[in-house]
Amino acid sequence: MTPTLALDTGTGSVRSPLPAPRSPLLKVLRYELSNVARSRWLLGYAAFFLLATDALLRFGGGGPKALLSLVNVVLFVIPLVGLVFGTTYLHAAREFTEVLLAQPVSRGQLFAALWLGLALPLAGAFALGVALPFAWHGLGDDPAALATLLTLGGVGVALTAVFVALAFLIAVRSDDRVKGLGVAVGLWLALGLLYDGLVLLLVAMFADYPIERPVLALMLANPIDLGRVLLLTRFDSGALLGYTGAVFARFFQGAGGTAVAATALALWIAVPVALGRRAFLRKDF
Amino acid sequence: MLEITGLTKRFGAHAVLGGVDLALRPGRVTAIVGPNGAGKTTLIKSVLGLTRPDGGEIRLDGVAVRAGDDAYRARIGYMPQVARFPENLSARELIAMIADLRGMGAVRGLADGAADAPGAPDDLLDVELLDRFALQPHLGKPLRALSGGTRQKVNAVLAFLFRPALLILDEPTAGLDPVSSGILKDKVLAERAAGRTFILTSHIMSELEELADDVVFLVEGRVRFAGPAEELLRRTRQTRLERAIARLMLDRVDARDDDANGAAA
Repeated sequence: MTPTLALDTGTGSVRSPLPAPRSPLLKVLRYELSNVARSRWLLGYAAFFLLATDALLRFGGGGPKALLSLVNVVLFVIPLVGLVFGTTYLHAAREFTEVLLAQPVSRGQLFAALWLGLALPLAGAFALGVALPFAWHGLGDDPAALATLLTLGGVGVALTAVFVALAFLIAVRSDDRVKGLGVAVGLWLALGLLYDGLVLLLVAMFADYPIERPVLALMLANPIDLGRVLLLTRFDSGALLGYTGAVFARFFQGAGGTAVAATALALWIAVPVALGRRAFLRKDF
Repeated sequence: MLEITGLTKRFGAHAVLGGVDLALRPGRVTAIVGPNGAGKTTLIKSVLGLTRPDGGEIRLDGVAVRAGDDAYRARIGYMPQVARFPENLSARELIAMIADLRGMGAVRGLADGAADAPGAPDDLLDVELLDRFALQPHLGKPLRALSGGTRQKVNAVLAFLFRPALLILDEPTAGLDPVSSGILKDKVLAERAAGRTFILTSHIMSELEELADDVVFLVEGRVRFAGPAEELLRRTRQTRLERAIARLMLDRVDARDDDANGAAA
């Protein structure tokens, strides 16, 4: 019988030189990755960071300034894309998810594979898009630039993981695509814009009190702010943030502060993933 | 084979399944019919573990299926009504992926050396439909480039591929041309003859006429009739299944009127 040969030819892109993975998670992940890696929007996402970084390095006047502008681009774009792509992706994959769930595979493993299958390519596209222009333009003469760039990379990857997880939590809990997308965009507006406005208001209202610590806590409670504080305290311009900025800089540049910030980011990944997984395990498809 | 007892499921205030009892006879095609919203899809999805029932029991080959069980699904092939696959993968990759998940990765390894060991994978994998549907020229294309009908054929290939003991086909011929639809029906009959058990839903009466050995008639989440198609014909004094099922649906309306009267009295 020849039909089996059909499975044989042309599967080069499926096969890796590594031995075939045993865990269902890795099996699904392998195909999810090759599916997502071939999509045009991922290419567009990488190209966006490539062009933005290149333009900032070319016209933005030197390394540190370009980096500072890049921080703002990253903190704006990654949460938005993670949330919008994440909800759209999971909703679009609904029927195929049902096909996969009808196989002898556990839901928990499938959820992890779906999350990693989107978060890893998005993080990779971001990292590559930012790293390449720095590779050909150089880092400039600031010795701290590499550390800042690495922090930017780390924060970008972590935020990708956070917002894809939040998007999956939203998508699993909403069967209506439009509603899911609405909640995702609403969450982005709330965390990216409204939250900062409220914090500023609070700071203005309690300006006479020593509120650095409560504000610090508020910063930890929003992953975008957490990323911003982590990054801005790497710049000399951190001093521009005034007394509060100085407190933050002292806090986050110390070993203890970095550990707290890293733990907070890790929690921001772990909690939405755990909640999304729980909802996925209980969902009626 | 498959035994369902007292299966209940509510979505909010709405009871979709109100205590379904059902026993499939092995080696037969059981058609699940009923008006829209009768709970057919929920019943199928409960068997597959896609929907978590609130109460009742599902036993496959005598073993109760519990929430979180996964291995039992290796004995079930599922052909969903709508086939949507990852659009950038090719059909070949999709088949390889599902084979991989089913622990048939080794078979793919065998297929590598298919020239050395021709026919060996056939013991485990049923690729007949791949051939009958003439899917070979389409296997390398991305799935998004395939027509709806071709994707549906891939869908059918996947359901039969692993020689499952139980096949669940949800509106299987929707979207297939008459020739392909005939090929699929022939395949169902051949596999039934080989002892496989089928659950079939369809709104195409000629298809039910041709394939259904047993009929389960669901109304508002309850089994109104379950038995051989011939008995349904005899009971409703009809000669065609279409008429008999229509008769059942009309009876449903009468029954509801009675209920309403009873409640009012």
